[in-house]
Amino acid sequence: MTHYLLSVHGPTEMGEYGNYGSKEEMEAAFAATGVFNDTLRERGYWVFAGGLESASTATVVDGRGGAPVMTDGPYLETKEVIGGFWVIEAPDLDVALKLAAEGSKACGGKVEVRPFQGLA
Amino acid sequence: MRRQGRSAPISGPCLSPQPVPQPRPVQNDTSAIERVFREQYGRVIASLVRRFGDIDLAEEAAGEALLTAIQRWPEQGAPPNPGGWLTTTAGNRAVDIIRRERRREAKHQAANMIYDDTAAPTVGAVEDDRLRLLFTCCHPALSPEARVALTLRLLGGLTVPEIAQAFLVPETTMGQRITRAKKKIAAARVPYRVPETADLPERLGGVLAALFLIFNEGYLSTGGGAPIRAELTGEAIRLARILHGILPGEPEATGLLALMMLIEARREARVVDERLVPLHDQNRADWDHELIAAGHDLVRGCLAINRPGRYQILAAINAVHTDAPSSAETDWPQIVALYDQLAALDPSPIVALNRAVALAELDGPTVALAVIDRLPLGQYHAWHAARADLLRRLRRDAEAVESYNAAIAATANSAERAYLAARRDELTE
Repeated sequence: MTHYLLSVHGPTEMGEYGNYGSKEEMEAAFAATGVFNDTLRERGYWVFAGGLESASTATVVDGRGGAPVMTDGPYLETKEVIGGFWVIEAPDLDVALKLAAEGSKACGGKVEVRPFQGLA
Repeated sequence: MRRQGRSAPISGPCLSPQPVPQPRPVQNDTSAIERVFREQYGRVIASLVRRFGDIDLAEEAAGEALLTAIQRWPEQGAPPNPGGWLTTTAGNRAVDIIRRERRREAKHQAANMIYDDTAAPTVGAVEDDRLRLLFTCCHPALSPEARVALTLRLLGGLTVPEIAQAFLVPETTMGQRITRAKKKIAAARVPYRVPETADLPERLGGVLAALFLIFNEGYLSTGGGAPIRAELTGEAIRLARILHGILPGEPEATGLLALMMLIEARREARVVDERLVPLHDQNRADWDHELIAAGHDLVRGCLAINRPGRYQILAAINAVHTDAPSSAETDWPQIVALYDQLAALDPSPIVALNRAVALAELDGPTVALAVIDRLPLGQYHAWHAARADLLRRLRRDAEAVESYNAAIAATANSAERAYLAARRDELTE
């Protein structure tokens, strides 16, 4: 089994309803994502998942020097950022890609699939 | 156009009904051994990848088996079944390599399990090592360039420098492309298996597209090198033949093989004196009529399955062309009807362009030009070439010259440039 990070990418600038056009759209996507999460658990793929606060709440810490340096904002200033993610455990990439497609449909965002080297 | 000088041609159009080229009697000099090695490479690698699940290990072990063959065969004589010998020897070398590298402990155990004569687990609709590896090489998670390169490397047995040369990219670039793809296969766990039946049509489409890309690059090279690369068309046909042999009930696999054979059959007539000869000017006596007959048989076979697709229709179009004793006797209504069918499946402007070229033979150049002028293909050399030809036929010489110039500027293929320049010069003399 391999662990995969399924990260959801969306615009940095969020409207009133996040990445969604309306309250209804947002609620529908949340509900669909909840259903998808349940099926991940039922089918034994679930490891961990979560949605992130907007990128403007991020702080970058550089602890490589003597005293750590803090910088307000995300590491990269981009138009698209990670809005949330799943960590799943799957037997191979085909399974991970199928789950990513389901997750993408549910949450209404593009999903990047990336294998872990390992989990601690 | 003769085959480009290369020490180890992979295969010409082979006419054997066998899906797999049979090994020829083995001589014992190094180049003959290397030829056998190349022919058997895909099988050896595919078998080892299935057993050990590690492409790098498979390649390393196959390389060591080749060295052993070069040492032993000249002294002891070639084994009666060189492919089997190479697979067994490479398998033994792989076990040696695993033993040498203790950190591959888990795989050592896996290898021992194989030695216990336990049947290898088989998943998916079809059981064949090479087919499995072909689907891995053409996995949708890999870029189309990587799919083509990996297929030629692992199944075709071409070396990295050969593939780099074929696609006119620096060797280091091609090496990195292949290394990166192999790394992704290992790290992301791209599976070694034939897709489940439900996914097969779509995934087969990716495999066929990769083989057709290999063929097309050979058939009309995009770069400035040799205009035709017989080693690429030959290799694509060989791989398509293997695929058709393993999946005889997939009409698109059959259609692609037929299409390649019917195009390949015209190779000798297509470039004369390093200049492209268009279909209607080709000397049909120079066509390979045996290959055409074999292609026609395949077209009939796949159309009988009655699941039409893009490659089958393209093959049928080429069957109509190769069926005509002369260009004038071509069944143009049939060709246009087939392009209509193709356009329904694939409403791309390139299909519309090809249909319009056929339409010119049926309804005349004015009608065809009106269709072509509406297509958004200003960057495509064939669009300019088709316009140029129609304008020439309409005696609109100045516009034709302009279009020939635009077509020449848009292609790097030397034979095509030579043909277009000659046509243009006829108008200006």
